[in-house]
Amino acid sequence: MSELIRYISKPHPITGVTNSKLGTWCFLASEVMLFGGLFSAYILLRTGASVWPRGSELLNVPLATLNTLILITSSVTMVMSWASLAMKDFSKYRLYMGLTILLGLSFLVVKSFEYGHKFEHHHFPSTSTFYAIYFTLTGLHGLHVLAGIIANTYFLFPGSALWKKEPEQFTGRIECAGLYWHFVDLVWIFLFPALYLL
Amino acid sequence: MESASHDEIKRHVKIYICVFAALAFLTVVTVMVSYLRLPMHKAIAIALVIASIKGSLVAAFFMHLISEKKIIFSILILTFVFVAVLLLVPSL
Repeated sequence: MSELIRYISKPHPITGVTNSKLGTWCFLASEVMLFGGLFSAYILLRTGASVWPRGSELLNVPLATLNTLILITSSVTMVMSWASLAMKDFSKYRLYMGLTILLGLSFLVVKSFEYGHKFEHHHFPSTSTFYAIYFTLTGLHGLHVLAGIIANTYFLFPGSALWKKEPEQFTGRIECAGLYWHFVDLVWIFLFPALYLL
Repeated sequence: MESASHDEIKRHVKIYICVFAALAFLTVVTVMVSYLRLPMHKAIAIALVIASIKGSLVAAFFMHLISEKKIIFSILILTFVFVAVLLLVPSL
């Protein structure tokens, strides 16, 4: 495979980056457009509404703050898993990647408590425009967290076999997985104040 | 980041810990400010500034943009032009 798609371990002489990293950034650019479109919808709905509730009156700010801290911590463990591979320490990589997955799952568990509480009180996407955009944005973000957990679990278990054969290529893969994970964190950094605090 | 040496990575790790502390601190600040019940335009400005600082820290250090190649910035600049257009559509 590495002969067919070249420059996955070494930087391409023209771009100066690996093809994998270039591809990941192009994918992230499309993700920026996806979330950008939804943020644009949020602004349009909010500015067009005669009344708009303060997020803190309807949503659980302490739980969302906890989730923000969980996601920030998971970003640190993710970058540490890459740094461990760059320092050729595979056992530390496994530790940090395991922690990243656990933190990602914790985020989803906290989110499910939040959703459960809303459903108990009969608050659904159809309840109001606020809840419609709240569930759309947080739901799509939650799906991204789930996708990140699946990818990271693959890299922790079966995918890590590549480390023995092609350590540089595997380190590059973890860097790309990290780019995605940090992007998901970045989206939440903007979602949190927009939905919960303002 | 491809050819970073062992010592360089160790230096990066220290930076990651500092960035984590800054992100956690800014999260607490943004929540505390929201409890002050400031007028909406001030609250939006403060929340947006803090979120932008946090986002920049994540992008610059965790996503290594601070030492990234030109081509990545070209992609990002193009993306942000399109996002700016997208965000301006509601005001047209």
